[in-house]
Amino acid sequence: MATQRQLIYDYLRHKKKFPNIWCAGCGIGIVMGAIIRAVDDLGYDKNQVAMISGIGCSGRMPVYLDFYTMHTTHGRALSFATGLKLARPELKIIVVMGDGDALAIGGNHFIHTARRNIDLTAIVINNATYGMTGGQYSPTTPQHMLATTAPYGNIEQDFPICELAQVCGAAFVARSTVYHVEELQGYIEQGLEKKGFALIEAVSYCHTTYGRLNRLGSAVDMMRALKENSITRQAAEKLPPEELQGKIVRGIFVDREVPEYTELYQKIIERAQSGGKA
Amino acid sequence: MRTAFLQGNEACAYGALAAGCRFFAGYPITPSTTIAETMARELPKVGGVFIQMEDEIASLAAVLGASVGGLKAMTATSGPGFSLMQEHIGYAVMAEIPCVIVDVQRLGPSTGQPTSPSQGDVMQARWGTHGDHPIIALSPTSVRECFDLTVTAFNLSEKYRTPVILLMDAVVGHMREKVSLPAPEELEVIDRARPNVPPEWYFPYEETASDVPPMANFGDGFRYHITGLMHDRAGFPTQRLDEINAWLTRIFRKIDAHVDDIAITEAINVEHARTLVIAYGCTARAAKEAVYMCRRHRVGLLILKTLWPFPKDQVLVAAHEAQRVVVPEMNMGQIALEVERLVGRSKVRRVRRADGEMITPQEIRAAIEYKE
Repeated sequence: MATQRQLIYDYLRHKKKFPNIWCAGCGIGIVMGAIIRAVDDLGYDKNQVAMISGIGCSGRMPVYLDFYTMHTTHGRALSFATGLKLARPELKIIVVMGDGDALAIGGNHFIHTARRNIDLTAIVINNATYGMTGGQYSPTTPQHMLATTAPYGNIEQDFPICELAQVCGAAFVARSTVYHVEELQGYIEQGLEKKGFALIEAVSYCHTTYGRLNRLGSAVDMMRALKENSITRQAAEKLPPEELQGKIVRGIFVDREVPEYTELYQKIIERAQSGGKA
Repeated sequence: MRTAFLQGNEACAYGALAAGCRFFAGYPITPSTTIAETMARELPKVGGVFIQMEDEIASLAAVLGASVGGLKAMTATSGPGFSLMQEHIGYAVMAEIPCVIVDVQRLGPSTGQPTSPSQGDVMQARWGTHGDHPIIALSPTSVRECFDLTVTAFNLSEKYRTPVILLMDAVVGHMREKVSLPAPEELEVIDRARPNVPPEWYFPYEETASDVPPMANFGDGFRYHITGLMHDRAGFPTQRLDEINAWLTRIFRKIDAHVDDIAITEAINVEHARTLVIAYGCTARAAKEAVYMCRRHRVGLLILKTLWPFPKDQVLVAAHEAQRVVVPEMNMGQIALEVERLVGRSKVRRVRRADGEMITPQEIRAAIEYKE
């Protein structure tokens, strides 16, 4: 593995865009580091990798990375990526989104992109809030927690991201946290290598807004909580459901072979060009 | 040259293919759907890609993604879908991504009258997305023009790195006419300028002599950044006023300085016309007949094929000697407002209809012959 310094030189637009905009203690940089190491370990050429993001704290990631990068509109990153993938099937495309981005405004695109099983690697950084706008409740804010728009507590059920991607037909689905960096990196590598739609949820609770409003302690305390409150899928299966309340279940949820969209479309092109009837 | 009996929507799809369109993303909506159906059948034959997306927002997003990947791309919709696309029309303007958006207009607002024609989206095409921006919008009057102006729309979008809107309507989209289509070698097809410098020297939003910087495809080794934020010449977000101002000035200038190239009109008997009719889209067909009926009375007709940027000079020249300017349109007076701004309100007689029926030649004739 390359040294830290070498990775910085190789993958970051280090002379141009730093320091970054994220709060000290934020996990988004950890996810970015995991992505860089994953791409480096897999030996991809940078000219082969595109990163597309939506809007929000996570949406700012592409600007720092020396790939083909595109910071799109709120919730629509997967749709832009779908068009790019169909135009350039040879590219490895990483889509970075937040929970509000991917599941509220982009929920429709999320389920349909998973359903199409198009070869994209989607990473949802779940911070359980709208961080950039100051801590409003998101589709993944746990019930009863506080947010600036839920001053009496959130009454909505939270969206289980991995379970959602799974029933929609994604080929690879996994969840980890920014405490479990190596595990997270491994899932990203598996997702990148998977032919089809891969979804990796990276839990990284926002300490600046969500943590402060709910008195969850410092960034370090919240990082420690990720370690203590998470459990592997194997261990979770042995526990009764009531003991899983409030726990983050980590692991691979799906790893299956599903026909991939661009490959299926290539067959349509071949059929149409050989005079096959529509 | 080949002869065919085609619907306007089909001619639009064939025009797109002839212009080199190799990607279509769309969502079914009356009265535009036959464009999508034709593209679904024809695109794979030429190695292109058709995809039906989950909505119109995603459709235009996919079009922009494909265009960044290097394919000429388009979508087609009608009023309600066009409203949903406004977000990404703004993104395309901001990021200077070529694309063509076809809006086969139907009666609105809202669900309105899906199978009835209208020209109610003229101002939405101009100002639908938020923020100050230039835009190009074209409007065909016949099946053959659906083909021709679709080719023009692609050419202009590639030449100026901008979204181009083709404002059709349910009449030109659905009617069938016998048309002679030009052979591929008879067409002028413009492709976007590519960078001719090494990647490390490339600035995707650089000031150039033409005001249109060359555009690199993702995948070709030029690793640059695209954003909907205000950006500098490298594409990186900026808050510097000098960079924001320079960008905004340039994107307006790249269209405004080339209105002569973009503004297409057809003038019939406008010299010394005392009454001038200004019409576009399907209404121009009725206007032609009305002008023919009044041919003894020095009546001229100016057909606008380009609606935005507004063909100001052509209108001023044609209306030079006119005492009266009649503007028939299937809305409450959207282009009439522009004409009034130029020739003065007292000269303009609007012929408005927004009930889903075409304006008849007799209604236009009545306005031409109206005694004050």
